[in-house]
Amino acid sequence: MGKITLKSVRKSFGETHVIPGIDLDINDGEFVVFVGPSGCGKSTLLRLIAGLEDTSAGVIEIDGTDATALPPAKRGLAMVFQSYALYPHMTVRKNIAFPLKMAGLDQAEQDRRVTHAASILNLSSYLDRRPGQLSGGQRQRVAIGRAIVREPSAFLFDEPLSNLDAALRVSMRQEISELHQSLKTTMIYVTHDQVEAMTMADKIVVLNAGRIEQVGSPLDLYRSPANLFVAGFIGSPKMNFIAGAEAQRQGCATLGVRPEHIDIAPDGPWQGTVGLAEHLGSDTFLKVDAGALGTLTVRASGEVTLSHGDKIRLQPQPDKIHRFDTDGKALR
Amino acid sequence: MATKASRSAARLMMAPAVILLLGWMLVPLVMTLWFSFRTYLPLRGGDQGFAGFDNYVRFVTSSAFWPAIGATLTIVLGALIITIVLGVLLALLLDQPMWGQGIVRILVIAPFFVMPTVSGLVWKNMFLDSVNGLFAQVARMFGATPVEWIIDQPFASLILIVSWQWLPFATLILLTAIQSLDREQLEAAEMDGATAWKRFWHIILPHLSRAITVVLLIETIFLLSIFAEIKMTTAGAFGTKTLTYLIYQRVLESQNIGLGSAGGVYAIILANIVAIFLMRIVGKNLDR
Ligand SMILES: Nc1ncnc2c1ncn2[C@@H]1O[C@H](COP(=O)(O)OP(=O)(O)OP(=O)(O)O)[C@@H](O)[C@H]1O
Ligand SMILES: [Mg+2]
Repeated sequence: MGKITLKSVRKSFGETHVIPGIDLDINDGEFVVFVGPSGCGKSTLLRLIAGLEDTSAGVIEIDGTDATALPPAKRGLAMVFQSYALYPHMTVRKNIAFPLKMAGLDQAEQDRRVTHAASILNLSSYLDRRPGQLSGGQRQRVAIGRAIVREPSAFLFDEPLSNLDAALRVSMRQEISELHQSLKTTMIYVTHDQVEAMTMADKIVVLNAGRIEQVGSPLDLYRSPANLFVAGFIGSPKMNFIAGAEAQRQGCATLGVRPEHIDIAPDGPWQGTVGLAEHLGSDTFLKVDAGALGTLTVRASGEVTLSHGDKIRLQPQPDKIHRFDTDGKALR
Repeated sequence: MATKASRSAARLMMAPAVILLLGWMLVPLVMTLWFSFRTYLPLRGGDQGFAGFDNYVRFVTSSAFWPAIGATLTIVLGALIITIVLGVLLALLLDQPMWGQGIVRILVIAPFFVMPTVSGLVWKNMFLDSVNGLFAQVARMFGATPVEWIIDQPFASLILIVSWQWLPFATLILLTAIQSLDREQLEAAEMDGATAWKRFWHIILPHLSRAITVVLLIETIFLLSIFAEIKMTTAGAFGTKTLTYLIYQRVLESQNIGLGSAGGVYAIILANIVAIFLMRIVGKNLDR
């Protein structure tokens, strides 16, 4: 079981109100990702759930019982830290067995669980090394192993991949997703990388300045962002925002169109000059100077051979245009 | 800074300092070695020629030698245990966020700045004295008979004084070591279900092991040669004659420079054995 409920949870450090009040339901077995820009309170929220910080107000329920005052060890959650937080003087085996030793399990059971976790995570041949003798990815796996053996009701990950290089990140991302598939345990995953959020999450929680901007499945957020912040945060490259006369003509304060929803068409309504053209092979990203509309990013196919200075006309896909009012709220 | 010319220029410019240091070290060492092989009694005929290994044999066969080794070890070990145990505790305490942290930390360091002679005198007269000392006053307040600290508990007194002097050093080194511990490790251990005591035992103490060996090494080398504290309090009486003190007595009180020098050479060898031994431990610890 791993159902976690936050009821108007707040956190202040002295005078700074880091989290002004959050309500959130996390269902059993869900993979929930907290995303948001740096400093928005993601780690703080995770630490509140873990019990490493005390809430200033509000209630945290785990599996229906009030856990607000419980110490971290009693909450049945396991956390994987950004710095891995492995114990440097212990071997991998001892690191993974540490929570079991603390729980007072007998040696045979400890060995059984460590061996099992090591085989899941491909760590079997490193068990007698120290963390200092492992690569970043292996350390990460040890940290995950230490979390798995406890058989927690939920896993908490705080930007676990941010210290890894791009290629390793992709493969670890898949490994964590597969782990979730096989364990079916609730996972809460903090990241500021929207690609990680989109690819891994069942449910994304977009945070901004300690507030929840929107909660939903990755495609929900992509298709119908609730406001300008979410629209700008989810999707890569970023959504184009157009204010001014063109937006007014369509009856809103700001118009949003994703780069992939703008077509190059000879009879399109918008006109512009190609600035930068990034040829990625599969796609081409064009920065188009569209006069009064501002600079638009356009995603074209990899075959497009436009280059700097070319004049083109653009056609936004009409059903993919997002409209926002003066407060930044989406108009539906 | 890697051309041949610049390297030899650097060597040339460093030479005076190196030569001065070498001379500073070598001259006394060579003189000690020289005198240790001679019969040299300043008040009883002066330098009377070579003595072979007589001085060395006499120094170790004298009835005062083994007690002196025993006294040295007692004081060194006693002070080491006290400073390290209390140092770890104090460091843990000072690491806690508290009001007036800066001032408390400065106060803790203060004893380190007091000269050994001064602290010996202050402790002897103001704390340990059986008539006017603070301890005696407190004992009388509770109706107990004051202890004649220096006479009845000479080792306890000396260990107390020396520990008081070296505790700040241990605390300071251990405090910086504790502060360098990654907080996330402690949090991870907390989530893993480790109690405060187990976090100390399994995480903090292993993290401190390197700092503890450094304290051990440095303190041992300095504690082997304490002198002023003994001179100021017991003056070598009541069995507190350490190796250093014994050498001092041989040279100045018995006016036998040859014998004292032989003792000095023993002390050098002993200190080096300890240093090599400890360097090895530290080296092993630093490799990790
Ligand atoms: N112990 C603390 N005392 C005071 N302020 C704090 C403390 N911890 C965090 N904050 C503040 O709370 C805010 C949120 O911090 P938090 O670490 O949760 O951000 P984050 O979303 O995890 O950012 P990042 O993506 O950079 O890790 C920040 O503005 C930070 O300065
Ligand atoms: Mg963070």
